Amino acid sequence: MKLPYAVTLGPGSSLADLTGTWRTERPVYQTLTAPCGNSCPAGEDVRSWLYLAESGGAGYEAAWRAIMDVNPFPAIMGRVCYHPCETACNRGNLDEAVGINSVERFLGDRALEEGWQVEVSAPATGKRVLVIGAGPAGLSAAYHLLRMGHAVTVRDSAAAVGGMMRYGIPAYRLPRDILDGEVARVLALGVELELDTPVTDLDAALAEGWDAVFLAVGAQLGRRTYLPAASAAKVVDAVSMLHGLAAGERPLLGRRVAVYGGGDTAIDAARTAKRLGASDAVVVYRRTRERMPAHDDEVTQAEEEGIEFHWLSTIERVEPDGLLIEQMELGEDGFPQPTGRTERLAADSVVLALGQDTDLSLLGPDSGCRVIDGTVDTNGSLATARAGVFAGGDVIAGERSVTTAVGNGRRVADSIDAWLSGRPTQRDPEPNLAQYEALNTWYFEDAPRSHRPRLELARRSSTFDEVVTGLDADTALFEARRCLSCGSCFSCDNCYALCPDNAVLKIGPPGQYVIDLDYCKGCGICVEECPAGAIEMVPEEI
Amino acid sequence: MTTTPLYQIGTFAAGNRLLDPDQRSVQSDQDRTNAITSGHRACRGCGEALAARVVLDAASRATKGRLVTVNATGCLEVFSTPYPESAWQLPWLHSLFGNAAAVASGTAAALRATGRDDIRVVAQAGDGGTVDIGMGCLSGMFERNDDVLFVCYDNQGYMNTGVQRSGATPPAASTATTRPVGTSAGNAFGTGKSLPLIAMAHEIPYVATATVADLHDLEAKVVKAMSMHGARYLHVLVPCPLGWGSPSAETIQIARLATRCGLFPVFEAEHGAVTGVTRIRQPVPVTDYLERQSRFAHLFAGAGRPDVVTALQDRADRNIARYGLLTEETP
Repeated sequence: MKLPYAVTLGPGSSLADLTGTWRTERPVYQTLTAPCGNSCPAGEDVRSWLYLAESGGAGYEAAWRAIMDVNPFPAIMGRVCYHPCETACNRGNLDEAVGINSVERFLGDRALEEGWQVEVSAPATGKRVLVIGAGPAGLSAAYHLLRMGHAVTVRDSAAAVGGMMRYGIPAYRLPRDILDGEVARVLALGVELELDTPVTDLDAALAEGWDAVFLAVGAQLGRRTYLPAASAAKVVDAVSMLHGLAAGERPLLGRRVAVYGGGDTAIDAARTAKRLGASDAVVVYRRTRERMPAHDDEVTQAEEEGIEFHWLSTIERVEPDGLLIEQMELGEDGFPQPTGRTERLAADSVVLALGQDTDLSLLGPDSGCRVIDGTVDTNGSLATARAGVFAGGDVIAGERSVTTAVGNGRRVADSIDAWLSGRPTQRDPEPNLAQYEALNTWYFEDAPRSHRPRLELARRSSTFDEVVTGLDADTALFEARRCLSCGSCFSCDNCYALCPDNAVLKIGPPGQYVIDLDYCKGCGICVEECPAGAIEMVPEEI
Repeated sequence: MTTTPLYQIGTFAAGNRLLDPDQRSVQSDQDRTNAITSGHRACRGCGEALAARVVLDAASRATKGRLVTVNATGCLEVFSTPYPESAWQLPWLHSLFGNAAAVASGTAAALRATGRDDIRVVAQAGDGGTVDIGMGCLSGMFERNDDVLFVCYDNQGYMNTGVQRSGATPPAASTATTRPVGTSAGNAFGTGKSLPLIAMAHEIPYVATATVADLHDLEAKVVKAMSMHGARYLHVLVPCPLGWGSPSAETIQIARLATRCGLFPVFEAEHGAVTGVTRIRQPVPVTDYLERQSRFAHLFAGAGRPDVVTALQDRADRNIARYGLLTEETP
């Protein structure tokens, strides 16, 4: 090239100057665990399926399939789960948690409407597994074991599948067509079902030659307490009452019903009594509302329906025409202390909802399984002390909920699969949680939460129609899009657009970026401006 | 209950996979021009380097690449073109410190004279080359209504020569020439000038302010300016980590805080009248902005200078009232 007069160097590009050498720290893309998924007892990766659902249209099915990879009951979950994911949701610090549960329900319902199905793709292994108990834990384990290629037989003492989902949860919370629809989808994968077949002896069952057994008989025994009672007094336990109702009986409770207890089952019993025609349904509980184990949503709905609550009260005696109640007060340790003051409460019957125990008579005296405080002891992989016998759901210690049971079922399936193939079970690594402080929330639109409408009160006192209805498609989409994508890139292009050195390369849609370390000066703008906290600065080795 | 799906996930971000491509920022485009390429020697976290790319990429798209830029001496010129290298990927002319507007006027005239007035001219300068040294040439360009978009990247001082005060340095800021010594609290109140208002006084077709924190707004203003002819002026606030004493990672954040507290009003004007303002979303007190910069550290050290902070807050409040930066619905 001929250079002009007095010019000695040809034109060059600044690309010759590798400004990356200035750097002392480098940005590194990271994917952190979102608090929603981390807190899900069923193990759902909530953020990932919300991401899929955010596209709408075909994204709904993709999102549903992502849920189905871990949880076979999205529509049930979207109704009965107490959604710890929403409690953990980072958006709660910004305005209100994302309505994860209602989006899950929308996806589950859409799947039932559209008839979406899952397949078994793994080749048959020839292994046979017996699942004792057709509740959420047993069905979840069966579902996953089948998808792994094992043959599964589910045995249950009841006349229908579902366990506590059918015999514990009232229809106004979980309509039976939803339950039947999702259960049928699991059964269609090829479950061998043996109903009306109680297992009374574990050893006898094992002698049938199963490769592994999953003990998931639940906690079906309502806990009783000694109450001095006149012979004419009607005292029933909530578990039996709800079971009988689900089996088609019509419990005779009378006009004035008192429920004793403070858990979700107590609320279920009181709301059920109201629907069966009780004019007064009263919950008697020895502590305060704040200290009640029942979930706040349930209590609020009960209050709306006219259920009365007697806080700080214990039942002293049951008399033919009512109850003698003693008032309590909270001591300094937070435990209720008797005051000696009593009052009378008119009641035709008393329903006891004081907790549930598990019937472990099938274990016998020499089962080899360790039993501690009425629950079966298991290790981290949910294996009992007896080789080949696993336990989960309400028979083991821990939170008793449908979601936990479903999560147990999946973990057991993994453990059984590992045990059958002779490989060790893998422990999940300690999660690196995406903290709220790591997000740059400036970039998120102010978007108040959409709440699910509830059934009119008139229909809630007389029918078992579902109380909480679902979100429509637009609203569910809106709600899914409120997700902040904590700790995971959602392709907003901020890092690419805001780098003063063009050192973030967008290598392909959607949202694949790399840092060009030849030119990255390590200013950290990309980290600061990432809405999701999905980039971190790492010191260079010097 | 609304049934309109919004794009809450990163609505204010540069792009979004759920948005139509034409609603995303130019900067999110994989095929953006990159008017200024890598390897330039701007400091870490330089707001001006970023703003120059944003402005010229948007102008390139708006003019389909038929664009010449004239660049005054200053940081932008120094860091982008150490002889014989250049970071520019478009036709670029270097002028003296003070005559960028005159060179741009001449360039536009030359293009017109040679029948190539489809090629548009953008002049760019720092605040020194605009509000102080380049003022005379710029005022001439305005009053003749020459067909040039003049962009001022305002980092509020002479940064490249060692952080001296300019006519755009805010009151109370510490610079090499306005140190807070004795009773002085940094740059004196009652000095300095607003070039956007001076430009408006020329009643030119278009005047706008913007910051490097809001790409959508900045790009929209460039596109609008390029859709018009005659003299146009764009004033872009570009934080300077070196001169302002702020962490390099916080350049965008600080520009955002400058608008959220009201000290830097974002508006546009046509023919001397304000036609639009960017209302403040999530307002903050001026201290949120000031405390992050060491040039204001003397206002908070020891007993601090609450009287000066109050005076700065008054200044922000006057902007808010003058331009109507807050509304009833402001969250």
